[in-house]
Amino acid sequence: MAFLDIRDLHLAMRTFEGEAHVLNGINLSVERGEIWGLVGETGCGKSLTGLSISRLVPSPPGRYLRGEIRFAGQDLLATPEDGMRRLRGGHIGMIFQDPTTNLNPAFRIGEQMVDVALHADAVDPAILGLAPGASRRQRRVEARRLAIAMLDKVGVPDAARRIDDYPHQFSGGMRQRVLIAMALIGKPELLIADEPTTALDVSVQAQILRLIHSLVLEYQLAVLLITHNLGVVAQLCTHVAVMYAGNIIESGPVRPVFRNPTHPYTRALMKAVPHATHRRGELQGLPGSVPNLFTPPPGCRLAPRCPVAQPRCAERVPPTIAVSPGHDVACVLATPAGSAAA
Amino acid sequence: MLRFAVRRIVLLVPVIVGLSLLIFAIARLLPGDPVTLAAGPNATQAEIADLAREFGLDQPLPVQYWHYATGLVTGDWGQSIFTRRPVLEDLKAYLPATLELVVVAMVLAIVIGIPAGLLAAVYRDRWPDYVSRVVSLGAISMPRFFLGLLLQLGLAMWLGWLPLGGRFPLTEDPPPFVTGFLTIDSLWAGDPHAFGVALAYLALPAFATCLSPLATITRMMRATTLEVLQQDYVLTERALGLSQRLIIFKYVLKNAMSSTLTVIGLYFGWLLGGTVLVETVFDWPGIGLYATKAIVTQDFMPVMGVTLTIGVLFVAVNLVVDLLYGLLNPKVRYE
Amino acid sequence: MSASATPDARASAVAARRQNWRRAAYRFQQSWLSIVGLAIVVLLFVAAVAGPSLVPYPADIAGGINTATRFEAPSIAHLFGTNELGQDVFTLVIAGARISLLSGVAVVVLGALAGTIVGALAGYYGGWTDEILMRIADLKLTLPSLILAMAVAAALGAGLVNTIIAIALTWWPGYARLVRGEVIAKKEELFVQVAQALGAGTGRILRRHILPNIVSPIIVKMSLDMGFAILTVASLGFIGIGVKPPTPEWGSLLSIARNYMPDYWWTAMFPGLAIFLAVFGFNLLGDGLRDVLDPRARR
Repeated sequence: MAFLDIRDLHLAMRTFEGEAHVLNGINLSVERGEIWGLVGETGCGKSLTGLSISRLVPSPPGRYLRGEIRFAGQDLLATPEDGMRRLRGGHIGMIFQDPTTNLNPAFRIGEQMVDVALHADAVDPAILGLAPGASRRQRRVEARRLAIAMLDKVGVPDAARRIDDYPHQFSGGMRQRVLIAMALIGKPELLIADEPTTALDVSVQAQILRLIHSLVLEYQLAVLLITHNLGVVAQLCTHVAVMYAGNIIESGPVRPVFRNPTHPYTRALMKAVPHATHRRGELQGLPGSVPNLFTPPPGCRLAPRCPVAQPRCAERVPPTIAVSPGHDVACVLATPAGSAAA
Repeated sequence: MLRFAVRRIVLLVPVIVGLSLLIFAIARLLPGDPVTLAAGPNATQAEIADLAREFGLDQPLPVQYWHYATGLVTGDWGQSIFTRRPVLEDLKAYLPATLELVVVAMVLAIVIGIPAGLLAAVYRDRWPDYVSRVVSLGAISMPRFFLGLLLQLGLAMWLGWLPLGGRFPLTEDPPPFVTGFLTIDSLWAGDPHAFGVALAYLALPAFATCLSPLATITRMMRATTLEVLQQDYVLTERALGLSQRLIIFKYVLKNAMSSTLTVIGLYFGWLLGGTVLVETVFDWPGIGLYATKAIVTQDFMPVMGVTLTIGVLFVAVNLVVDLLYGLLNPKVRYE
Repeated sequence: MSASATPDARASAVAARRQNWRRAAYRFQQSWLSIVGLAIVVLLFVAAVAGPSLVPYPADIAGGINTATRFEAPSIAHLFGTNELGQDVFTLVIAGARISLLSGVAVVVLGALAGTIVGALAGYYGGWTDEILMRIADLKLTLPSLILAMAVAAALGAGLVNTIIAIALTWWPGYARLVRGEVIAKKEELFVQVAQALGAGTGRILRRHILPNIVSPIIVKMSLDMGFAILTVASLGFIGIGVKPPTPEWGSLLSIARNYMPDYWWTAMFPGLAIFLAVFGFNLLGDGLRDVLDPRARR
């Protein structure tokens, strides 16, 4: 079994209009050292997939209808909140989109980092490496030293002094570095990064991505990078999964998927990326909009917008087919590996 | 922080000048002629004119205001026409009673209201939330004078546990004046008996006064906590594995407090003027009762004095709140 | 927006508005507390309109005295007992609903009207007008409104109208602030600038384009203020400055009954409960309305 294994995950959300089926049978396997890019339009369920792994989807309104999430063999949907807290502090790190709103504005960053370090130490005493009988004071001193070391590692200059600053005294990029440092204090094995660079300046984006990349190599992290930027995926990721309306419709190693995008939606997504070689006016997108998740169309959810849709697309959800080893596509037009090309 | 504080204090000067101007304007614009009233029904025209001259009421308005304003600064707040005592002296006698009542009520309201609102938000849409919402809305709707009467009826008249009204038994000597707060003065004097007595007299009025600020603080705290709980950084803190208790009582509390603090400041000033009702019910010898008596007899200077005092106290309390707000909000402080 | 609406766009706007209303009604129904509030308020209005013809002893409303039935405890004949003049307390309490509602509505409407005018002028013209008007409003907020209302009421003399005027005078600054903020926000919006560019006059812009768009926060504030206005009227009555007997005002009824406690507690209990219930009803309703109509306040 894979290090992180999501099988047939179904999530529904209760709202005023009714129950929305926001995740509709997600399958995903991530190994350590792999960087998975999870791409798709806003509202396709990629963030909810990430939050589901940490069990941070509020419930109610959220409700898991079917499926399982296994992390290092442990069934997360059956893990009580207490166990999840230990996992969050020590094994699963998360980074979110907007660094300006993700740091508590009323506390010095050191204060927040020390609490995180203390919690991580409670999960795994090796984090601070103190004897079991160490006093509170000793722990705090050591936690602070670790926090400074982490800030240093993620490239916050003059960390020993800046640790006593408030979040608003940092720039956006620096705040994201602080958040990354916090997420890594507990030495997690899995990092979930939800659009970590979207809110940053372009020049800063590259720095942060390079930082994440170097940390992945150093810690042998498994990474789930949620993004809508295919360029980022191409540069940073080893694997990619494309989501549409609550389904993963195509997934596999980056190379084959990008070389040979098979699902009509993936193709449309690729064409929508502006490229230097495109002429003006060539930028293409899909007509229509994301389906209503309260009463999703039967069968393939893309069918109403799909340029190559056929009558049978609306009949049932297309099965996932491996078009080459590891490259899976959920489309009736895909042909399995080994058979003749369509 | 110091510069922040100094700037806020300097900004108070025009506010207080404006306040005195406004109060003066209202007093002069009101119908009713206090001089005629004070002179009595049998006074001749000449006697009324004499009295008007004595109070300086025959001069043009700007001159009158100038006299009033210089008087305020030099400690001459005018005389009560009826008691013939300086207003400032009366205020010194009555203000501590009101302050003691309001301070005790506010402390109770804050100490109970903040945790109550926090818990209501955390247990949103479950029974602690429902109970606190219904009770706090009920408490806001409760007329304080009616609540006071109910308390008197139940605890003082029927059960006889607590005194009916007043601030200290007439038959006993109050502790020597230090702060004017009888509870503190009695402790200062090392007199536990007097402390107990003062507390017994304080209990019902303080309860009647605290209920509506308590409810308001609870509601405000609930609303701001719910807002804070929606913030991204709370999700981040949970994603970092921090315990619910640490998140709520440390990280959320401090953020929610700062918005609630503003309400507390506004309410403190509002209470100072609002004790009128409780003081009337419990015969509590504070500035509210003093103002009521002055109003009924259309005695201008005491009413102006009380109004100005409350206005200045209101501004001062909100200054303190501003400064505290700066402490809770690092961003404000550094700007 | 409003200038160039095609029939089609208008139809879809109507549909959207209807959908919004349905959603609002749904949310309102979700909260049973709001329904309780609505029920109390409806009851109050029924009592205010039809009360005098429903009560068992209508003569008591006009001040009829019946010394033979002084201080009778609550019974079938006198549900809430009788007072020191032998009047039926139930009758007086029901009749008091009209006084309280009338004065509450009058205070809030007058306050809202004055505040809206001040706030709209301050927000629309900005500059010195804004500065002066708002500084006065700020200063008024620092003054103790109850004492101020008491002083004005005492100077004007007792009576329902004077009480209303006195309270309304202290009531406008809240509305002025609210309206000013909304006007400043709306002033910058495109449809207002278009109207300006088309040469519409100030008064027309304010009346036709800005004010209709800020009605809902004003209504929310008015409904939230109703309870408090009723409470203030009763407070003045209780102190003895507001409405005087024989007008059956709840606060003054309570003020008189106070002298006959604890033996004749019912004379105080029922007028007091009536005030509480009326204020509670309006607060419940106002809370519900705010949640429904004011999206920013919704949790």
